[in-house]
Amino acid sequence: MVELERPGMNGLSVIDLCTRGRGPYSLHIAPGECISLRGDSGSGKSLLLRAIADLDPHDGQVLLDGVACAQFTAPQWRKQVALLPAESHWWKDEVGAHFSGEECPWFETLGFSAETMHWQVSRLSSGEKQRLALARILMNTPRVLLLDEPTASLDAGNAAAVETLIGEYRRDTGAAVLWVSHDARQAARVGDRHLQLSTTTLIEGAP
Amino acid sequence: MITLDALDLALAAGLVLTMAALSWRMQLGLSGQLLIAGMRTVVQLLLIGLVLKALFANVDLLWVAGISLVMLLAAGREVMARQQRRFTGWWGFGMGTGAMFISSFAITVLALTTMVATDPWYDPQYAVPLLGMLLGNTMSGIALALDRLTSTAWQQRAVIEQRLMLGATRLQAIAEIRRDAMRSGMMPIINAMAAAGLVSLPGMMTGQILAGSPPLEAVKYQILIMFLISAGTGFGVTAALWLGSKRLFDERHRLRLDKLTGPRNG
Repeated sequence: MVELERPGMNGLSVIDLCTRGRGPYSLHIAPGECISLRGDSGSGKSLLLRAIADLDPHDGQVLLDGVACAQFTAPQWRKQVALLPAESHWWKDEVGAHFSGEECPWFETLGFSAETMHWQVSRLSSGEKQRLALARILMNTPRVLLLDEPTASLDAGNAAAVETLIGEYRRDTGAAVLWVSHDARQAARVGDRHLQLSTTTLIEGAP
Repeated sequence: MITLDALDLALAAGLVLTMAALSWRMQLGLSGQLLIAGMRTVVQLLLIGLVLKALFANVDLLWVAGISLVMLLAAGREVMARQQRRFTGWWGFGMGTGAMFISSFAITVLALTTMVATDPWYDPQYAVPLLGMLLGNTMSGIALALDRLTSTAWQQRAVIEQRLMLGATRLQAIAEIRRDAMRSGMMPIINAMAAAGLVSLPGMMTGQILAGSPPLEAVKYQILIMFLISAGTGFGVTAALWLGSKRLFDERHRLRLDKLTGPRNG
């Protein structure tokens, strides 16, 4: 259904992906679909996301809308297939220096204002950093979002705002989302399908 | 020119021996090192003196090239030894050595053929000391810059990868670190140029004055050497950092710290 509405888009395909002695993993995320990913700590969730974003050497294929990762330059690929790591990093003093434009359309939903651009990074709380990191990566308008526990350091209200924003973003743009969450209730809320990761394989199952 | 005889050197050696004895009495644990370093100075300098004497007597391009190669390899080894984390395999040695070869040799040949204009251009009396000064300074610059590059990249791995995740190219992701490394490689020669004549009289100029050159002639030579050194260091450091920052990543713009060795002990 969704593919028909969005010609030329067929989402993210991962075929026999092996990284750092793990895998092979295969999965497909349709445009606009959200898959929740769970797994014990150390099962390699973050490594899987890093390999999909082409940050680690890997075997196997990753395709975006049927086009192989190797056909893109690595920076182009990472703008399209965006990884939001569990911990964000900042290298300039002001928040705004990390954003390409003057304004960010997602600030309001996330509880920020235009003034936030002038905030000092050193004064941000971990929750503020996490929400700003999401806004920062969305500025690239990626077609795939790889989210590594994006609400881990947020209170319930902010976590709900993030869930809403990602839901809206994926409906508006048809982005495919892979969402790592430890929280079974959150996985059930946000995911259309649910995957469980072990070191050797991905199992489809309950949230 | 006043030549020194054995007695003059023996008197100076006596000062070092006195210092060693003092250090032994005060239990500083320096006397052994001081004596060994003093012996090395005597032996190494006498040897190079003999080599230069032979070289000056037989002006031959092959001999000059041979000693230049020995100097280059020694400098390359020194650059490698000064790295906390160096590149694995051949690169650990080749990167600094290659950068020094390009910059120091090119600048030395340029200076010999145009500015100093010796005949033949490889006249060892000029070629060897000139190359030595260029290599020595370029070596310090490259060693500092590469060490800064690799150790900062190691510490800031998370930031570099964050920038890659946001779609930065490898050059963008390491630009600030590279700039810092460039600065630390160039600082010694910039400081030396700024302080020249005010705080200290540069060694080469002092030597020429002691040997009886008119001060203004010595000054002109020193200015030339300072400029050659700063250009040589600049080109050498630029080349080494270009190679180094490329080598930290692979062709898919991934940060590959596995291409660096672990920290050196001690």
